[in-house]
Amino acid sequence: MGCMATAASFVLAIGTKKGLWLATSQDRQRWSFSGPHFLMSEIPSIGIDTRDGRTRIMVGVRSEHWGPTVAHSDDLGATWSEPEKGAITFPEDTGAAVERIWQIYPDAESRPGVVWAGAEPISVWKSTDGGEHFELNRGLWDHPHRSEWGAGYGGAAAHSIVVNSAGDNVHIAMSTGGVYRSLDGGTSWEPRNRGISAYFMPDPNPEFGQCVHKIAADAGVEGRLYAQNHHGVYRTDDNGENWNSIAEGLPADFGFVMLTHPRREGTAWVVPLKADGERIPPEGKLAVHRTDDAGATWKRLDSGLPTSEYNSVLRDAAAVDSAEPAGVYFGTRGGTVYASADEGETFTEVASHLPDVLCVRAALITDAALPVPETAAAHGA
Amino acid sequence: MRRCRFRKRQRPTVPDISVVLPSVLQSLAGGQSILTAPAEGPLTVGKLLETVTGDYPVLARRLRDETGALRRYVNIYVNGDEVRRLQGLETEVAAGQEVLVIQSVAGG
Repeated sequence: MGCMATAASFVLAIGTKKGLWLATSQDRQRWSFSGPHFLMSEIPSIGIDTRDGRTRIMVGVRSEHWGPTVAHSDDLGATWSEPEKGAITFPEDTGAAVERIWQIYPDAESRPGVVWAGAEPISVWKSTDGGEHFELNRGLWDHPHRSEWGAGYGGAAAHSIVVNSAGDNVHIAMSTGGVYRSLDGGTSWEPRNRGISAYFMPDPNPEFGQCVHKIAADAGVEGRLYAQNHHGVYRTDDNGENWNSIAEGLPADFGFVMLTHPRREGTAWVVPLKADGERIPPEGKLAVHRTDDAGATWKRLDSGLPTSEYNSVLRDAAAVDSAEPAGVYFGTRGGTVYASADEGETFTEVASHLPDVLCVRAALITDAALPVPETAAAHGA
Repeated sequence: MRRCRFRKRQRPTVPDISVVLPSVLQSLAGGQSILTAPAEGPLTVGKLLETVTGDYPVLARRLRDETGALRRYVNIYVNGDEVRRLQGLETEVAAGQEVLVIQSVAGG
């Protein structure tokens, strides 16, 4: 075991196709790594829960051989726990089996212990015990639209969950199916996709069926959300009733990532890819784009990024932390991870030559005397 | 030796059915490489797995999903035959037989 952290520090979790890497840093520039954890299992989802005076890292783990499960660690990966009967398992009457955990979403500070999850097959789950046991959301599971929801290339899953401050207003996004909204805390659900294109369907403006890749809520304006669609970048100001394009000013409207600032209204980040048919950074030049005015204008951010990059960035392979200024992190399918301590103005390569990066999460941790993982090479960790 | 004599006296005519685990799963079975179930009569593979993993629920979930289906890349061999070519989890296993759990060739 390494040194003991005595001040605020940052934890970075990198889920890849073949395992999990964890890192800690005091300055978001130099990182100490541990890993791989869960070698040869993919880690498509990570949740870092800093509530309740502890840092709990929850991971969706999936082995091609041994199936999916959820594990958690309260000591930065030194030890992992897995509930004996599984944290997420379908009730017997559904006749379904979990294929992959796509999302682990710790709820608001005011609702400690509440953690949401999205999974494949398309399902939403809620835990009230810090992510150790989840209950299936029956309202969505029994939704009459279910038979018409489809699968994108990666599978049919609920991959985005956004809960408002009061907890009654929940938006989810699924591929494919689009955005669904609940106004009663998740009891009932209705599609909310007006304005979002589904160009791949006979009717390009259906009530549902869109392939929304990621949604995120504005930090300052209740009812304002952003969506990165399968072609199309959108914003709603009326809680999902209407979505309007904010793609003007971006080099491409395709991509998977949508991030929002932890506190400041109007700030969001995307990582454009050229097109559905050419899933590479436009012109092979990787860049993050940030808006500070809710999508009216975009600023290209590529300082510290390579001049040539042909790997894509997947929907959950990007994250922000809660520090001031906010940190921005993302990883590529080529196994390189970048971090910015200044909201994307400059990036530093923090890891490279990892397996495909599927999920990245980062958090500011203030716990005293947290053990820091064993140091490993930051590059080629 | 005392333990063997004891078992022989208690169940002299009931040989075990053995389930051999791959090394990667043995930590989920308390470090054991072989789990055994008493064979009062023929057992189905499904019942056998249920019996030997009764004390090891995480191991059980590695082999079968929550519907009870064998995971796609988990192969179970009885007398050298993979059970999907037999009667699947309904394949019967007799006393004294050995059942092998082997992960299939998969992944990249």
